Amino acid sequence: MLRPDPATLRRMNDLAGKIRRGVLEQSRAANVGHIGSSLSVVEIIATLWGGLLRHAGTEQPNRDRFVLCKGHAALALYVAMHHAGLMDEATLGTYCADGTHLGVHPEACLAGIDVATGSLGQGLSVACGLAHGLRLRQSPARVFALLSDAECNEGQVWEAAQFAAHHRLSHLTAIIDANGSQALGPTRDVLNLAPMAARWEAFGWDAVEVDGHDTAQLAEALIPRGIGKPRLVVARTVLGKGVGYMENQVAWHYLPMSAQQYEQALNGLEAVA
Amino acid sequence: MRNALVEQLCLLARDDARIFLLTADLGWSVVEAFAREFPDRFLNVGVAEQNMAGIATGLAMVGYRPFIYSIANFAALRCYEQIRNGPVLHRLPVCVVGIGGGYAYGPAGPTHHAVEDLGALRAMPGMRVVAPADPAQTQTVLSATLGQEDPVYLRVGKGSNVPVPGLQGRFEWNAPTIIRRGGDVVLLLATGAMAVEACAAADILLTHGITASVGVMAHLPPDHTPELVECLSGFSTVLTAEEGTLTGGLSSLVGQAIAREGLGCRLIAAGVSGRLAGPVGSRSYMLGRQGLDPASLAAMVLAHGVQSPARAA
Repeated sequence: MLRPDPATLRRMNDLAGKIRRGVLEQSRAANVGHIGSSLSVVEIIATLWGGLLRHAGTEQPNRDRFVLCKGHAALALYVAMHHAGLMDEATLGTYCADGTHLGVHPEACLAGIDVATGSLGQGLSVACGLAHGLRLRQSPARVFALLSDAECNEGQVWEAAQFAAHHRLSHLTAIIDANGSQALGPTRDVLNLAPMAARWEAFGWDAVEVDGHDTAQLAEALIPRGIGKPRLVVARTVLGKGVGYMENQVAWHYLPMSAQQYEQALNGLEAVA
Repeated sequence: MRNALVEQLCLLARDDARIFLLTADLGWSVVEAFAREFPDRFLNVGVAEQNMAGIATGLAMVGYRPFIYSIANFAALRCYEQIRNGPVLHRLPVCVVGIGGGYAYGPAGPTHHAVEDLGALRAMPGMRVVAPADPAQTQTVLSATLGQEDPVYLRVGKGSNVPVPGLQGRFEWNAPTIIRRGGDVVLLLATGAMAVEACAAADILLTHGITASVGVMAHLPPDHTPELVECLSGFSTVLTAEEGTLTGGLSSLVGQAIAREGLGCRLIAAGVSGRLAGPVGSRSYMLGRQGLDPASLAAMVLAHGVQSPARAA
């Protein structure tokens, strides 16, 4: 899929709307935070789960693998899985409740989640192992890994980056959710990673930069170009995208919403729709 | 032990296409045989242990049985959290091979002394920690790891470790292997290469009229097992000998068994104590410095008033 057809694009955009609303609903119901990060990845998740991932959520050995390295955005993934028919509404409603398997960070016991994540910097290495093993098994499966920009502070990310380039894992795509924000401040102030794409290029990746809220751009960018290099997509995003008062506000990395803020957020979404 | 391990791995890999060996750029003159014979199932990931643990996790997820190889501290401690969140959390049959356990790299200095690895890895739920005593037992353990689905920490020595008399490659999960049957007065129970020192200590005790029994506890399970309890029940005193700190290792396991089962067996714990920094030297020097050489082990037993049955009567 280089350029998605209009029907696929509509499906992806429709899914993005549902994910954004679902993130707000479940965050409010559970009264937990990490809302801003879940909202910044909405279109990336919608592009993958709205048509790009092959055999997602099945036990097919040749299914594409998706590793949510930035595990704290799992809520967006849960909502996508719900709309993909992998999880009923009642299960989704257990998000962060006692006894749930839907914690803030994803567990691997759920169909559709191959890798449990939550500790930043470790997911891309697992994605490399998956990609290397799948290729040895002559599988056509592709591997997609979604990292946060601040996750690239971790040294292990660059160990994995070297490995993927050296072994020409051209069926591996890493996406950076470049929302420019991390726990204690803007990434440029905490540990500046600019220029992000150039850094990955220097490590031997085929890097491209896109608008991370544009499903058409994402769908086109996410597919490796078969040039013997792993693909790196810097997805420029906005923390808290879609909720005016959250956008680019570092506090929404952690904060839960009050009832009033929740209403305001939903009204804002409706106004946009 | 390293060579015995890789030889056995080659042997097993001929019949088991799942076996995969990864190294973080260590194992010169050891891993090459495997790399030559199975180039598709060998990876030198470079000096990057954390990445190696993650790659092994991904390989195991698509059906391989990865062995990740490095010097014990780098294999076990450098990527401790990656092992936890990868093979342990997902219950994948990754075998972490820690080379040069204890003081095998004595002159290399404290960064290379692996003295906390057994306790640290044993703290991980679902991790099987094994420290074989000699090359033959290492080979048996390697085969045993393939018959189960848990992650394993395999701590082995470095050079040409001598065979432990009476062990003959025997190994059982959860159970001590008795290699020398003496009286019921004292059991010298060792893990890893310390079995050799325990045997030598038993020889010294013999000169004092004490016929000690000697056992090897290669597998250090998370909790005490019926097999261990049954063994300990037969002795008045047990001396545990381990090339590592006492926290979480063999003495902790045995102490737990004695305390929780209310056994009448007294525990003498021989292990590593004091700070990491200090003078270094050969393994034998380091063992002497820590009171883990055969003479010191025997002296500990005697100092605790253990006597031959005849003298006690």
